[in-house]
Amino acid sequence: MTQTSTPSTRLDTDDFLVVENLTVEFPTPDGPVRAVNDLSYSVGLGQTLGIVGESGSGKSVSSMAVLGLHDMQRTKITGSIRVGGQEIIGLDESGMRKIRGNSAAMIFQDALAALHPFYRVGAQLAEAYVVHHPSASKRDARRKAIEMLDRVGIPQPDKRVDDFPHQFSGGMRQRAMIAMGLINDPSLLIADEPTTALDVTVQAQILDLLQDLQREFNSAVIIITHDLGVVAEMADEVLVMYAGRCVEYGACKELLTHPEMPYTWGLLSSIPDVTADTNARLIPIPGNPPSLLDPPSGCSFHPRCAHTDKVPGALCATTLPELLPGGRGTSHLKRCHLANPDEVFAREVLAEIAPDMVEETSDDRA
Amino acid sequence: MFAYIVKRLLAGLVVVVLISMAVFALFWFGPESPARPVCESKTGGKCTEERLANFEESLGYNNPIYEEYGKYVKGVFVGRELTVGTQKIDCDAPCLGYSFKNNTLVWDDLVKRMPATVSVAAGGAFLYLALGIPIGVAAARRRGSLTDKVLVSTFLVVSSVPYYLFALLAWIYCTLVFEIPVLGSSGYTPFTDNPWKWATGLLLPWLCLGLFGCTQYTRYTRGAMVEALSEDYIRTAKAKGLPASTVVYRHGLRSALVPVVTVFGIDLGVLLAGTIFTEKIFEIQGIGLWGLNAVGAKDLQVVAATALFGAVVMVVSNLLVDLVYSVLDPRVRLS
Ligand SMILES: Nc1ncnc2c1ncn2[C@@H]1O[C@H](COP(=O)(O)OP(=O)(O)O)[C@@H](O)[C@H]1O
Ligand SMILES: [Mg+2]
Repeated sequence: MTQTSTPSTRLDTDDFLVVENLTVEFPTPDGPVRAVNDLSYSVGLGQTLGIVGESGSGKSVSSMAVLGLHDMQRTKITGSIRVGGQEIIGLDESGMRKIRGNSAAMIFQDALAALHPFYRVGAQLAEAYVVHHPSASKRDARRKAIEMLDRVGIPQPDKRVDDFPHQFSGGMRQRAMIAMGLINDPSLLIADEPTTALDVTVQAQILDLLQDLQREFNSAVIIITHDLGVVAEMADEVLVMYAGRCVEYGACKELLTHPEMPYTWGLLSSIPDVTADTNARLIPIPGNPPSLLDPPSGCSFHPRCAHTDKVPGALCATTLPELLPGGRGTSHLKRCHLANPDEVFAREVLAEIAPDMVEETSDDRA
Repeated sequence: MFAYIVKRLLAGLVVVVLISMAVFALFWFGPESPARPVCESKTGGKCTEERLANFEESLGYNNPIYEEYGKYVKGVFVGRELTVGTQKIDCDAPCLGYSFKNNTLVWDDLVKRMPATVSVAAGGAFLYLALGIPIGVAAARRRGSLTDKVLVSTFLVVSSVPYYLFALLAWIYCTLVFEIPVLGSSGYTPFTDNPWKWATGLLLPWLCLGLFGCTQYTRYTRGAMVEALSEDYIRTAKAKGLPASTVVYRHGLRSALVPVVTVFGIDLGVLLAGTIFTEKIFEIQGIGLWGLNAVGAKDLQVVAATALFGAVVMVVSNLLVDLVYSVLDPRVRLS
């Protein structure tokens, strides 16, 4: 339940992906937009990191930086990203191409838009294979494509391989996307909201599939989502992002049961399926994410935070809290001035969203 | 697919019939007797009222319009016998009438003039794409850069000049002012007579059409490319590790071509129906110039034929555009 029972791999140099102090800034006519700010995390092989946050919090921008997918002329990226030990910030285009789709692959939300409408599914898979296996024949590539479609559970793959994306159902398209991502057996797979466009049953199937595949391929997986329910099911570790910054980071179960940052509380309160409790209430976070052009002073979340009155002075509005261990061990980090977050959470938040869990948690703390 | 083509051809036939009726009505409801220009020319300007009445009678303008239209349609499909003045002429199908001005059968002239128009159109259309697409792609890839801005504004200037002025200036400078070799001696020689002269004589008209028309294609291509390159599937293509050129051409341009090809099909139809300014300025005896002269001479049978020919070309090119579209975009189902 605590950090001692979940070995932390965050500071392990063997981690396949290590991101340190990543900052991504877009110069725009209205001024610089800092979409990712001083972000650090790492993921080991066989591990799953969940990155959560509302839309616009910088999840996609940060993960696209890992594959170098930003237009370098229009983007300022600083910090360090090491994929399998290789530094990729400042890496040239041809070096980057060898990594993309090969040792690190990405699958995207909305597979209908992310697959080319004019090419057959099989041809798109084969293309991904051939670019990293230049000596493979057309027939090899096709066989590989069919094999992957079969592996992700597409019925009659030898026939469906010649379909166009629009002839697939939504779930099948996402499966095909996953097959394309895994075709070169990557060590790192980034799944950017892989189930957002799908209905609930299909969503569960896709998540199951991803879990199965991860066990089989033993890759490092980043799953990006705005749904803590998805994270609870999939992730070993969780990173909560707000306005481009990491605001809480820790082992999944620890973080979900003892969240220490009011923004995480807000995310927990705003999902219906965190417990099956019928008394559970759905409370959306008030207000909107801040403008990145003119971010709030101090803690970016303070204008929306209901707990600033528990912090002495106007600290929340004046000083950015550092990302530091809270009261629950060194591997659970939070960016918040609150001195006793656990207590506040149990008393004010849990009582609202899941009254019968309050007792349990207080026992646990005692 | 087959049913679709048949359906579209039938609809096209309706269009052509309607246009032919509208043109035919010109003969009857125009401001002056359609027999007068014939009479004037045949009598050397001594067209008396009596002679005019004779011409009207022999040309059939005293019969009801539907009867004459019926004969016209019959002529198109099975041929007919024409009465011109005192002589009778056999006009085989497809009979489009007789040009009193040129003393020829209209269909024969159409066939004779087609190669010139097709030659001009083919070269011009080729340059539309051969110049427009690469320049558009280059501008889209560098959008916002100095190159992009220079290209876009240059083409804006070129396309804001009226085409006839553009072509006329090109002709004057190349032929009269600088007497540039090759370019300065434009004119049409049939390909079968001398391919070299055919090509050199058409070079300037092609360049005029191409340089002027490609500006539009640059704009289309640039717009479609900018849009295509911002699509999610482009990001996917990059994320696979494909080289930039594959991403831009195989994934981006493949999508951007669809709207461009659609416009191109229509433009090709317009060119084939006769390039009036080009043929006039460079004195190319094609369908456009033929139609223009016929309007001046009130040679109604020729005017009608060029209008009908234009209608048929447009109907066919529209159908071809749709067929090509369905090949290019697998999501399109023809029905
Ligand atoms: N190319 C860009 N230029 C300017 N701003 C951008 C660009 N790409 C993303 N942003 C901004 O960065 C922020 C984070 O975006 P994103 O990472 O896509 O959020 P999400 O967490 O929903 O994936 C958003 O506010 C977005 O508007
Ligand atoms: Mg996103």
